[in-house]
Amino acid sequence: MSSMETTNLTKRTLERMFSEGKRFDSRGLLELRDIKIEYNVSKKAEGSARVIIGKTEVIAGVKLQLGEPYPDSPDKGNLMVSGDLLPLASPRFESGPPGFNAVELPRLVDRAIRESGMIDLSKLVLEKGEKVWTIIIDIYPINDDGNLIDAANIAAIVALKNTFFPEIIEGKINYEKKTSKKLPLSEEITPISFSFFKLGDSIILDPTRETKKRTKLLFPQKI
Amino acid sequence: MAKKPIALIFQENQEEHMAVKRSDGRKYNELRKMTAKIGVVPNADGSALFAFGDTIAIAAVYGPRKLHPQHMQNPSTGILRVNYDLLSFSVYDRKRPGPSRRSQEISKVTEWALLPALDLESFPNEVIDVQIYILQADAGTRTAGINAASMALAHAGIPMKDLVCSVAAGKLDKELVIDVTKEEEDFEKGEGATDFAIAKLANSDEFSLLQMDGKIQPEKVKEIIKLGSESCKEIYETQKIALKSIVEVSDE
Repeated sequence: MSSMETTNLTKRTLERMFSEGKRFDSRGLLELRDIKIEYNVSKKAEGSARVIIGKTEVIAGVKLQLGEPYPDSPDKGNLMVSGDLLPLASPRFESGPPGFNAVELPRLVDRAIRESGMIDLSKLVLEKGEKVWTIIIDIYPINDDGNLIDAANIAAIVALKNTFFPEIIEGKINYEKKTSKKLPLSEEITPISFSFFKLGDSIILDPTRETKKRTKLLFPQKI
Repeated sequence: MAKKPIALIFQENQEEHMAVKRSDGRKYNELRKMTAKIGVVPNADGSALFAFGDTIAIAAVYGPRKLHPQHMQNPSTGILRVNYDLLSFSVYDRKRPGPSRRSQEISKVTEWALLPALDLESFPNEVIDVQIYILQADAGTRTAGINAASMALAHAGIPMKDLVCSVAAGKLDKELVIDVTKEEEDFEKGEGATDFAIAKLANSDEFSLLQMDGKIQPEKVKEIIKLGSESCKEIYETQKIALKSIVEVSDE
């Protein structure tokens, strides 16, 4: 049954196997599952992407809006990352107010994008202090089989890279027509997250759901 | 909203039938290209994707499983719970995350549309959760959602009397058309646009959803229901092919 918790027996087996450098799916401890990336998966978004890592699937979409800048950064556009752990994606996700994991996921992606300086937010200003672009990234898991954070990160990055500005007519956005103009993204910086997990003395990458349940997240790593 | 391109052109001096030309060139009784796929959410007990052209719905079924809190349980039958929502980026004007009045209404009517097809008496105190999300919206999202959910329920092995097929018929000025797009929904000429969502059990004349926005002459209601019923036959075939395809794969 999909909703079953991993048992102590599984935990002990995992610990033993990890110490021998082995995993259930015969991967190396720091080996990722195959990653499949598709982009432009939702036409109504300005940019979108689907990332599939093993059985984990995440979709991210970028919407652009015109708005006022934040008072403390009048010469910068706004960035917002949001998302929800849809009850569609796992029997463990429930409807209702977001729990910690649902808050953590977009937060981590937000920081990776914002702090890496991947987007030049100062190039998103139409009128200083008055009118700027707001980039909103929405992230949704479609199926959770572990390592959502890394999958979400890739999905958000690919969606950003595939985002085109909509046309502006008389100061208003015409979403039906995309221009060929892309976001002001850095050529050199691409934040990618690798989450390392620990069990016993072993450190592993890209755990499946079963493994993740029994390991401890160390820290997300950025490059 | 931004300015729309001319959606539909009146063709004057033509035969009485089809005075309205559809912008995508479809015949009045022609559905958009359908896509149906089973097993899109491996975690779920049953799942499916259904698309009418640019409208894409995914549905996942979890259960039957014990219903908590206990006081909501019904000892005489299982309970169906449906949740429908748009992904934020599935529409031009971003939808705020979280349930809206609209999504709550559609969740409920979807539940009512599916329930007559199910036999839940053998699951006392349990719940079947149906999660429907719209990945991309171009009108007819509730009907695509119902089609996806019906397939997902079958995939989950829930006892069903029949599949549920759903489509939105419409009236553009005086013309009846099937499977309206967003562009057609916004049609304003003549009598304007009427949107008529229909769901029915595939192999009977039992209707489980009739919803209308707009105006229509009483005598045309029968006609529009007949038009919708004819299209439901095509939808049923598409659903059946998708459901059978996964069985054949595992047989080989």
